[in-house]
Amino acid sequence: MSDREPELPGLLDGLVCVIRRDLHLAWRRPGDVLNPLFFFAIVSTLFPLAVGPDAEQLALNGPGVLWVAALLAALLSLNSLFLNDYEDGTLEQLLLSPQPLPLLALAKAIAHWLVSGLPLVLVSPLVAMSFQMPARSTAVTMLTLTLGTVSLSLLGSIGAALTVGLNRGNALLSLLVLPLAMPVLIFGARTVSLAAAGDATAAGVYFLGAYCMLALTLAPFATAAALRISNE
Amino acid sequence: MELLSMGGYGAYVWTAYALTFGVIIICVAQGRRRHRRVFDDLRSRLRAASERSK
Amino acid sequence: MWTFLHKLSSPPHFYDLAAKMIPWFAAGSLLLIAYGTVAGLFFAPPDYQQKDAFRIIYVHVPAAYLSMMAYVVMAVSAGIGLIWRMKLAHAVAAGAAPLGAWFTFLALVTGSIWGRPMWGTWWEWGDPRLTSELILLFLYFGYMALRAAIDDTARADRASAVLALVGAVNVPIIHFSVEWWSSLHQGPTLIRVGGPAIEPVMLWPLLAMILGFMLLFVALLLGRVRTEVLFRERRSRWVRKLVYPEETA
Repeated sequence: MSDREPELPGLLDGLVCVIRRDLHLAWRRPGDVLNPLFFFAIVSTLFPLAVGPDAEQLALNGPGVLWVAALLAALLSLNSLFLNDYEDGTLEQLLLSPQPLPLLALAKAIAHWLVSGLPLVLVSPLVAMSFQMPARSTAVTMLTLTLGTVSLSLLGSIGAALTVGLNRGNALLSLLVLPLAMPVLIFGARTVSLAAAGDATAAGVYFLGAYCMLALTLAPFATAAALRISNE
Repeated sequence: MELLSMGGYGAYVWTAYALTFGVIIICVAQGRRRHRRVFDDLRSRLRAASERSK
Repeated sequence: MWTFLHKLSSPPHFYDLAAKMIPWFAAGSLLLIAYGTVAGLFFAPPDYQQKDAFRIIYVHVPAAYLSMMAYVVMAVSAGIGLIWRMKLAHAVAAGAAPLGAWFTFLALVTGSIWGRPMWGTWWEWGDPRLTSELILLFLYFGYMALRAAIDDTARADRASAVLALVGAVNVPIIHFSVEWWSSLHQGPTLIRVGGPAIEPVMLWPLLAMILGFMLLFVALLLGRVRTEVLFRERRSRWVRKLVYPEETA
């Protein structure tokens, strides 16, 4: 017989628990990871086919296409961020849990990034190479894509929370996330272009970093509010 | 008179102004029409309901 | 004062009060816009660099200011509605959105028309202010689309309120973008350290137009909120009595 109070799980436990669960589920449904990745690869293949093999043209437009493809791939996978949890009742449990909801929302966004954003970043050098983009831009490409996809996962989680359970929520989700994602796209593509040309890229990277920090600190609260509203 | 030609920029200036006033008129008209529609719609619903209950 | 505000938030009082206020705002805006247009088109001298094309300023700048102002009104009232759960505040946000979208559209189009002779291009994708104004238009569309997609009024109100607040970050970016980044767009003309950088005879019509547009916005907004209130309160006694007095006779 023990008269010790049972220890409640701490904040970090809650975060890690949700992330692990999502990763587990993603592992069992490889399609979740592979679909956006395949989409990314397909778009990247179609571009040179459509535009023609001229190396200079490809390299010139490569950063832009790379980024648009990454954005679309991220949007593709956002819809299911909360949908499955909504349908099987897990979302309700998350809402009722003693853990702060913004923390759990952050966990979902992190898990989403690990499953959809990170693979994109890892695959990007190959795609960049196929666009004849110079090797010196690879590091900047990966860095900016990392910051960009993290921002997208966070901002996208707000949109996903607002539209969970709605008819045609998919298209609406894209419309909602698009204006928020535009600055990321602009600066990301621009910075990679600068890197390819050998120019200074610090400004763009700083901007993306700042945007990412802003998203990291504010998005979870907005997502949490949106989740509560969508589940009344 | 430079009124219409606006120093050669007439087409630009007048188009911009025409669009602006056009949009303003649309906003006013749209608002009034909508109010009218909601009002009349509610009225006919209430009338139908009250006739039914007679 | 508190009684006044409290009464104001009551729908039937608002409905009547707004009806009384609209003609005043409409008249004021009409006068100011009439003066601003006439003075701007005919009495202000041609600009040294831009000649008569600069006259587009008298419609472009007010539209741009209002596009941002409308968003602020929308976001603030949405926030008030969200935090203090005031239905009327949500109605204001709902009414402000389409108006804001129209002003944003106007700002973009008149800006494009102005840009053609001045910068040689209808659009410049690299320009930060143009891009952020375009983002603003999409924010309005997203807001209206989200509202339309949710059937339950309460959920629609609150979800769109969150969206409006998230997008509010964009407004300071639009305004300060011309200072932060090099741009085709000229720097701030009115709100800057050292006072307005424009001659008085050109300035007065501009101020009149801006104020006139503001009053117009208020008049239009009050009208739309009235309609919104009428619809939302359609089941209440005061609406039934107003719309179909014969019933309670």
